[in-house]
Amino acid sequence: MTSGFRSAPHGGVSIDLDRDETAVLRSMANLVLELVEPPPPQDEFAEMVGIGSSSEKPTDPVLVRLFPDAYSGDAESAGDFRRYTEDGLRRHKRENANAMLAALPEAAGRVVLGPVEAHAWMKSLNDIRLALGTRLGVEEESYQAHLRGERRADGDDAANTAAMHIYDWLGGLQETLVHALMR
Amino acid sequence: MTTAPVELERPDTEEHVRPDLPWVTIVWNDPINLMSYVTYVFQTVFGYSKRKAHKLMLDVHHKGRAVVSSGSREEMERDVATLHEYGLWATLQQDK
Repeated sequence: MTSGFRSAPHGGVSIDLDRDETAVLRSMANLVLELVEPPPPQDEFAEMVGIGSSSEKPTDPVLVRLFPDAYSGDAESAGDFRRYTEDGLRRHKRENANAMLAALPEAAGRVVLGPVEAHAWMKSLNDIRLALGTRLGVEEESYQAHLRGERRADGDDAANTAAMHIYDWLGGLQETLVHALMR
Repeated sequence: MTTAPVELERPDTEEHVRPDLPWVTIVWNDPINLMSYVTYVFQTVFGYSKRKAHKLMLDVHHKGRAVVSSGSREEMERDVATLHEYGLWATLQQDK
């Protein structure tokens, strides 16, 4: 099992990953790619000048978390902001997820990232944790209880337990990356 | 060009809040983002010292929200867009 990210020369980082860890990261990065894929084009002119097609707040809680309203309590301004920025934000998240996929080894191996790549990985790891954590309904108090080993009142099914395990692991991994970059 | 009269100079205790500029960027607490990550983002995006970034992160964590920058509406829209790239839950509003 990986011991996490370490600082590398010239502001970069490195990490040794085993086969399972590589597979988890690959499937999670692909999940984010699916979530943030571009919406179908609706207005050719708007697309040409870089205005997005949607000013609607998404309904999926995961998308609400990845693409939050910029104005609370002002739906019109929030819609305008979304129309001008959401497509760019989707593109940014795709680029970060693709940077992770591009650097992952086939199976097990060492990943060495320069500062720019490391930054992309950090943002993408965060997107992955936001998506997974929101889907799992992670809340501050219940998560602290989970870390203390307490079971959830609404029951833990096997799939949730496995996903929670991945969520914990990703949090630890991101923590080592932040510290390797902060040193 | 001119300089501000001395009596209008403000103490620099809260240098990220500039009362003459009425828009602010707010970061809201959320249960997923790591405390170390949020601190790192404040350092990276705003160039704040580790100490200041850490204090702002704790404000977000304990008070539920914190003002992290202030300026024109356009500047705050840029800050919010950047923070959304990092996955922080940020909004802007006119400072009341």
